[in-house]
Amino acid sequence: MDEAVAALGGGAKLIAGGQSLLPVMKLNLAAPTDLVSLAGVPGLADIADGGDSVTVGAMCTHTQVAGSGIVQARIPALAAMADGIGDAQVRNAGTIGGSVAHNDPAADYPAACVALGATIVTDRREIHADHFFQGMFMTPLEDDEVITAVRFPVPERAAYAKFANPASKYAVAGVMVAKRGTGVRVAVTGASGDGVFRVTEMEEALEDSFSAEAVAGIGVSSHELLSDTAANAEYRAHLVTVMAKRAVEACG
Amino acid sequence: MSGNGTGIGASVKRKEDTRFLTGRGRYTDDINLPGQLYGYILRSGMAHAKIGTVHTDAAKAAPGVHAVFAGKDMEGVGGIPTGWLIHSKDGSPMVEPPHPALALGKVRYVGDCVAIVVAETADQARAAANLIDVEREELPAVASIKAAEADGAPQVFDEAPGNVCYDWEVGDKAATDAAFEAADHVVSIDVVNNRLIPNAIEPRAAIANYDPATGEYTLYTTSQNPHLTRLLLGAFVLGLPEHKLRIVAPDVGGGFGSKIPHYAEEAILTWTAGQLGRPVKWTCDRIDAFKSDTHGRDHISTARLALDADGKFLGLHVSTKCNLGAYLSTFATCVPTYLYGILFAGPYTTPAVYCEVKSFFTNTVPVDALRGAGRPEATYLLERLVDKAASELGMDRVEIRRQNFIREFPYQTPVALQYDQGDYDATLDLALEASDWDGFEARRAESAARGKLRGIGISTFIEACGIAPSAVVGSLGARAGLYESGSVRVHPTGSVSVFTGTHSHGQGHETTFAQIVSDMLGVDFDAVDVVHGDSAKIPFGMGTYGSRSLAVGGTAIYLAVEKVIEKGKKIAAHLLEASVEDIEFENGSFTVAGTDRSKSLGEVALTAYVPHNYPEGLEPGLEETAFYDPLNFTFPAGTHVAEVEVDPETGEVDLVAVTGSDDVGRIINPMIVAGQLHGGLAHGIGQALMEECVYQDDGQLETGSYMNYTMPRAADLPSFSINHNTTLCTHNPLGAKGVGEVGSIGVPPAVINAVIDALRPLGVHDMSMPATSQRVWQAIQQAQG
Ligand SMILES: Cc1cc2nc3c(=O)[nH]c(=O)nc-3n(C[C@H](O)[C@H](O)[C@H](O)COP(=O)(O)OP(=O)(O)OC[C@H]3O[C@@H](n4cnc5c(N)ncnc54)[C@H](O)[C@@H]3O)c2cc1C
Repeated sequence: MDEAVAALGGGAKLIAGGQSLLPVMKLNLAAPTDLVSLAGVPGLADIADGGDSVTVGAMCTHTQVAGSGIVQARIPALAAMADGIGDAQVRNAGTIGGSVAHNDPAADYPAACVALGATIVTDRREIHADHFFQGMFMTPLEDDEVITAVRFPVPERAAYAKFANPASKYAVAGVMVAKRGTGVRVAVTGASGDGVFRVTEMEEALEDSFSAEAVAGIGVSSHELLSDTAANAEYRAHLVTVMAKRAVEACG
Repeated sequence: MSGNGTGIGASVKRKEDTRFLTGRGRYTDDINLPGQLYGYILRSGMAHAKIGTVHTDAAKAAPGVHAVFAGKDMEGVGGIPTGWLIHSKDGSPMVEPPHPALALGKVRYVGDCVAIVVAETADQARAAANLIDVEREELPAVASIKAAEADGAPQVFDEAPGNVCYDWEVGDKAATDAAFEAADHVVSIDVVNNRLIPNAIEPRAAIANYDPATGEYTLYTTSQNPHLTRLLLGAFVLGLPEHKLRIVAPDVGGGFGSKIPHYAEEAILTWTAGQLGRPVKWTCDRIDAFKSDTHGRDHISTARLALDADGKFLGLHVSTKCNLGAYLSTFATCVPTYLYGILFAGPYTTPAVYCEVKSFFTNTVPVDALRGAGRPEATYLLERLVDKAASELGMDRVEIRRQNFIREFPYQTPVALQYDQGDYDATLDLALEASDWDGFEARRAESAARGKLRGIGISTFIEACGIAPSAVVGSLGARAGLYESGSVRVHPTGSVSVFTGTHSHGQGHETTFAQIVSDMLGVDFDAVDVVHGDSAKIPFGMGTYGSRSLAVGGTAIYLAVEKVIEKGKKIAAHLLEASVEDIEFENGSFTVAGTDRSKSLGEVALTAYVPHNYPEGLEPGLEETAFYDPLNFTFPAGTHVAEVEVDPETGEVDLVAVTGSDDVGRIINPMIVAGQLHGGLAHGIGQALMEECVYQDDGQLETGSYMNYTMPRAADLPSFSINHNTTLCTHNPLGAKGVGEVGSIGVPPAVINAVIDALRPLGVHDMSMPATSQRVWQAIQQAQG
């Protein structure tokens, strides 16, 4: 790990699964001088059950998370979410660390991290999800900082519903709903260019009555939502409500 | 046609499988020549701009760079030609502006070739291209038909006022107008045929070489028709005679029409190899493929159908505008005319049909043939219109079709074609049964119970394959013939090499053609190999497109085999001391009729090559070539049924069932035919539900990658029900029609008709392709106010 951190700085960049970095490089949007792979760093691909939390190593692939007995037992919503990322090739290569570090506004993990109240663990500190996802591709990570794990508190109930872009399979609107004690969190990804956001009106409604009907009538404003070939802002806003409803239903 | 275990009619596993399924294919990019350099094509990032000096000094000085050429360097070399001259209604020839291989003076689309950088490695060439500085002045662009035809629209070419290339028509306008005057009902429709990007799995590639010792150029290229490329590149662009230009199209990973055209890159590479005296290789990357492979479709149409009180079709009037892109690609001009307008009788007896087509230049990628080429556009319009007529007249969708079917053959349509044979009732009946059409309402109710809207849709269609005959297409403006060659070489020990001018890039010709030859000659399937794709090996050829390979190329082979048998009979007669008339050939043996005296093909072949005891005056050897020029198109026909389930909350369309009931003529290999149908159906479903090329108003390609251009995936498709009712083509000896494009022609209107059927209860009566979830959701919102 020390070696990796030392090699960072300058024009070098970390590479995990390469599923976001390589496309960016192909498009000439990034041209790192060196790539530092984390593949040889021991202990980064473990999944541990910590009782009231589950810790997922940064180098765990989406396939690993989807298939993990621990994740399936403790936070099935997270396993299901990982299983719905991209396609099999992407899931076999892409990692949780890479996904979180990249903070693509259409990625799934940010919604899971925020809704579940996860903590991002790096080689030098811990950052709560609420402070981590700072807008499109923006995080507080320093240039030579390495994510080592993500720690998820175990919720009472949680579920993720995603409307995928038919071409890329990224989220057009992905909603994670999580309930812990009296608190409910609703986190939305894919819909806004600024990345993941919470819908407090839905959260309050669900805290009053945890049912699909409670959110069915709550819309998000289309003003700040993305418009693209798959979905304009108005349709996206509609999908956010539908996905929120379906996520609540799936919470059982 | 004995039909043994590997003969005609057997699902023989493909000879190609070992090669393709174990990574032993040899594609253009797999070919490496000693001393080769790598070319990188710098493309325009602007849709329309004046270009001044192209500063290449910095690029030339970059590491590994051998040369940089831009438009001025190639000035004087011929432009890229187009293959079909269309005449407008008023008799004037279409506007045919020059297409320099490397842009000169102006660039006209994002992706237009600006310069080539040649370096030791592909990476060096690409990196150096970043150092080229092009002086340019951006011009306003037209990126759609609507923009192109607007008053005061920017002009793509000064010589094409209003951006019009031609304004063409077919059919009897006066008779059609009269039919409308006599009509009880007139039903009209506006449809858009969405622009598609072909997306063959293998990107285009080329490697060119010049041998100063022989003066011969060799170009390995991803082509569906190497001889056609030789003709266009040799005769029109570089001025090279045929014997000094060899074109090889080795294994090619899919074409779908996008590898028919002769492309600028092929000319640039070949010319550059000549300049440098070293081989130059180029492989397109996926991002560049999106903006430089020819696109397909892109029509806007309005049509009217005249009917009598009983729903009999009296007349059809079609007005279409189409987008040709920035330059005229090889078959661009004939696809929306002679492969489109002449299809409008469909399978119906409509006595008066008129179609006019106005084609426009725009600042977009050139448009050319794409699987179906013109016939999907015609079929979509007609089958949407027929469904709409049924709905407006309150008639049953099946009965209105049945009532108008052609039942007497040959049938002369009012738009030039003469159908030789067909049985449209039979394929319709088969489709209704296989799709359980009558049981649909129960399935609809079951879906409704789950909150889903179910719909079923149908299309009954004909198409035209194997465009021909040469004299007719020539009189209509084709600049090439449309025959095919086949050669059959029986080797001294009785194995056989077959040479075809068609090209296989996924169709399995090596198997199908070997089945025909092995069946006819009674030799082992494994003793027959099929050779294609090399202008130095094949006598001549027009290539593979328009589902012509079996009907035209297969027939040429069939005729060559017949010649081999005729010659073999003379040799056998001599050996058996009988008269030629008494020799019968069956199962690989030449027999004196009514006796058990016979000679095997192997013995006859050996005698032909070791002619010690040989008929006087007969040439040694056993090899024959036939050129076959068909008398007519062939006319596959059928019925496709699609069933969908719509989620009214999200607008998602789930395609739950697809039934194909097809008459594709004689089936040589049912497995390969099923594969072609599956691929074609997937392609057609892609157009109906997913694929849409979108340009921004300024000519930037919005859907320039798989991030937002949706291709159909296996998981998007239901298991297809494939059914056949066969009538034989009457004018080729195999009775073959064609199958490669059937799916993409027949199924799109069935899918859209199904979506409309599902949504009709909500008040939705129209839907455009692709029926994406957003489009469906919006239609529901609008209908519900
Ligand atoms: C076709 C396709 C479809 C996809 N669909 C989806 C989808 O549906 N949902 C979804 O969420 N994602 C999707 N993705 C993205 C995928 O999930 C990637 O795995 C993920 O975005 C990045 O993970 P990676 O391991 O590949 O990271 P890389 O691409 O290797 O790296 C991404 C960035 O993170 C940095 N980085 C990597 N690891 C660390 C670390 N441990 N610490 C600090 N920085 C690090 C890198 O330097 C780089 O900047 C898709 C990708 C593709 C190609």
